[in-house]
Amino acid sequence: MEKKIRVLVAKPGLDGHDRGAKVVARALRDAGMEVIYSGLHQTAEQIVRTAIQEDVDVIGLSLLSGAHMTLFLDVIKLLKKHKMNNVIVVGGGIIPEEDVPRLKKEGVAEIFGPGTPTDEIVDFIKKNVKQ
Amino acid sequence: MGGVKPGMTMFDGKMLDNIKKQKSYWEENCYSEAVKKKPERKDSFETLSGISVKPVYTPLDVGDINYEQDISFPGMYPFLRGIHATMYRSRVWTMRQFAGFGTAEETNKRYKYLLEHGETGLSVAFDYPTLYGYDTDHPMARGEFGKCGVAVSSLKDMEILFDGIPLDKITTSMTINGPAAIIWAMYIANAEKQGIPKDRIGGTIQNDILKEYIAQKSFIFPPEPSLRLIIDTFEYGFKHVPRWNTISISGYHIREAGSTAVQELAFTLADGLEYVKAAMQRGLKIDDFAYRLSFFFNAHNDFFEEIAKYRAARRIWAREMKKLGAKKNRSLWMRFHTQTAGCTLTAQQPEINIVRVAIQALAAVLGGTQSLHTNSMDEALALPSEKAVRIALRTQQIIAEETGVTNTIDPLGGSYYVEWLTEKMEEETYKYFDQIEKLGGVIPAIEKGFFQREIAKSAYRYQKEVDEQKRIIVGVNKYQLDEPITIPILKVDEKGEQHQINRLKKLRIERNQTKVKKALDRLRKAAMGDKNLMPYILECVHAYATLGETCDVLRDVFGEYKEPILY
Repeated sequence: MEKKIRVLVAKPGLDGHDRGAKVVARALRDAGMEVIYSGLHQTAEQIVRTAIQEDVDVIGLSLLSGAHMTLFLDVIKLLKKHKMNNVIVVGGGIIPEEDVPRLKKEGVAEIFGPGTPTDEIVDFIKKNVKQ
Repeated sequence: MGGVKPGMTMFDGKMLDNIKKQKSYWEENCYSEAVKKKPERKDSFETLSGISVKPVYTPLDVGDINYEQDISFPGMYPFLRGIHATMYRSRVWTMRQFAGFGTAEETNKRYKYLLEHGETGLSVAFDYPTLYGYDTDHPMARGEFGKCGVAVSSLKDMEILFDGIPLDKITTSMTINGPAAIIWAMYIANAEKQGIPKDRIGGTIQNDILKEYIAQKSFIFPPEPSLRLIIDTFEYGFKHVPRWNTISISGYHIREAGSTAVQELAFTLADGLEYVKAAMQRGLKIDDFAYRLSFFFNAHNDFFEEIAKYRAARRIWAREMKKLGAKKNRSLWMRFHTQTAGCTLTAQQPEINIVRVAIQALAAVLGGTQSLHTNSMDEALALPSEKAVRIALRTQQIIAEETGVTNTIDPLGGSYYVEWLTEKMEEETYKYFDQIEKLGGVIPAIEKGFFQREIAKSAYRYQKEVDEQKRIIVGVNKYQLDEPITIPILKVDEKGEQHQINRLKKLRIERNQTKVKKALDRLRKAAMGDKNLMPYILECVHAYATLGETCDVLRDVFGEYKEPILY
């Protein structure tokens, strides 16, 4: 039996906008993945700890508050520290285009902005997780 | 001409019979023939809430409406047509743009810019740490300073925020919930320092914690102490700050989180009634506080459904308040602010958002809003730039000054479709009221995740419809354009955070420590008892205790809310 892809959908920081995170969590679950939703107000440490405990393949970070340059990169740094190079990190939310190159350079695999069809996210994850 | 007698409907039986015959003729001979030649574009037509829409509406659809009882006149019960007798013929709505970013200095500058360009009221957006009652230098504030609002950590910041703005002449709305009592106290204290007594300031605090648990999620304390704080503000308000709306019961965020219009209407009104009942349980008299309850709705894309929503809201509220024993007319008024739907803004081809906003704003005006925020075209990308926010404000000014829609009151009243849809929204709302009651009321329903699940379901269905092209979003799943986004993006000054932290540090050193400690201790003791906390909070604020320090005392006594995790 093929192992299901495991995804942690996480909300870092104080941002309470959880509509997108929840929609994506459902879409990934409907696409056959195991989805763990972190709930709100997670620190980078909590997110990485959950990722380790749940042995996930992917972390999806959602942030609409504008704090992504700090909080996404905090998660990336901690993952590197724990040598979790196999975990793919993707992000979504209100993220100006000019911030995307820097996020990608630091190790975010892809940014999905407003208006992204959920299929696109599913396809990206399926393509990029080594089964 | 004789008017309609009480107990009578708008059309007499004979007239309806004739119309029925004519309608059958039309269906058989005109409509079905036409459909054969030109099939309709869709199998079924629905509102955004999923209400099935007929090809045409007639007196038959509003046949059981009694004009005098159900529709009546503006300024008269049940206030369906508007709360005031003259509405926009006397005074148009307040143009109030939600704004705030970075430091108090930067935001103060933006307020002055907006006022210079014809804005008529202020509306403060606070940053996340402030919304959660943390000072800027708290570890949880990391990365969030000034990002989606202005940071206010103490009375000092409040003084700077309103520097040079006459608080007796301009009203201010503040989107603050968990720490609303503290932020309000800062506003009051600041006005007093400007020499303006409490009873001469006007404005609104959002102070609606129920919808925080349901949708917006910036909560601090558990429901019970949160409600206590809110009722403390009600009581303090009508006694000492009588021109202040001590709550803005909000559907806006419920809608943004993905609900339908019906859910927005039903959940918001249910929340509103919950506050009224809680206040009455505390022994407050309904007519003492009800006139200071205000509301806040979304203006989404389905034009007529939105208008029907506002109209239904007014009627349901008036009826329910009457049932609860309200006697004064003002206690029955549903006064509301509207904001166009942020979630409908597209990052793609951002300029076309101007058109969306204009149409949504028109719905709010035709629905009789008391104040209005129009979103800026760039808000799916970042906080609005000066030019974007000016265009948004101009949109309201065009509706007010050029279109003529303000000439008469409730111009869509009597439209067969709008009246039918208004009734339908009302019917669906009462179905939700029943469900909520079966769950044991609003708070048990929150704890069971009822609202949250309903909203998540609607949000997912909406996204699926967009993904499957059943719902078209121009520029996103149709008429796409592959071009780079070229509008300028507002950048918050990175140096602001350090500036704010330095100010905080200096404040903590320079203030009278004994006074601060004494005020915080007194607040702690009062919080453990059952006294109204507003005077104690005001004492803390006057002593320059910070927002974080004051909230920490309350966190200690009240505990913190943890929400059920579900998706």
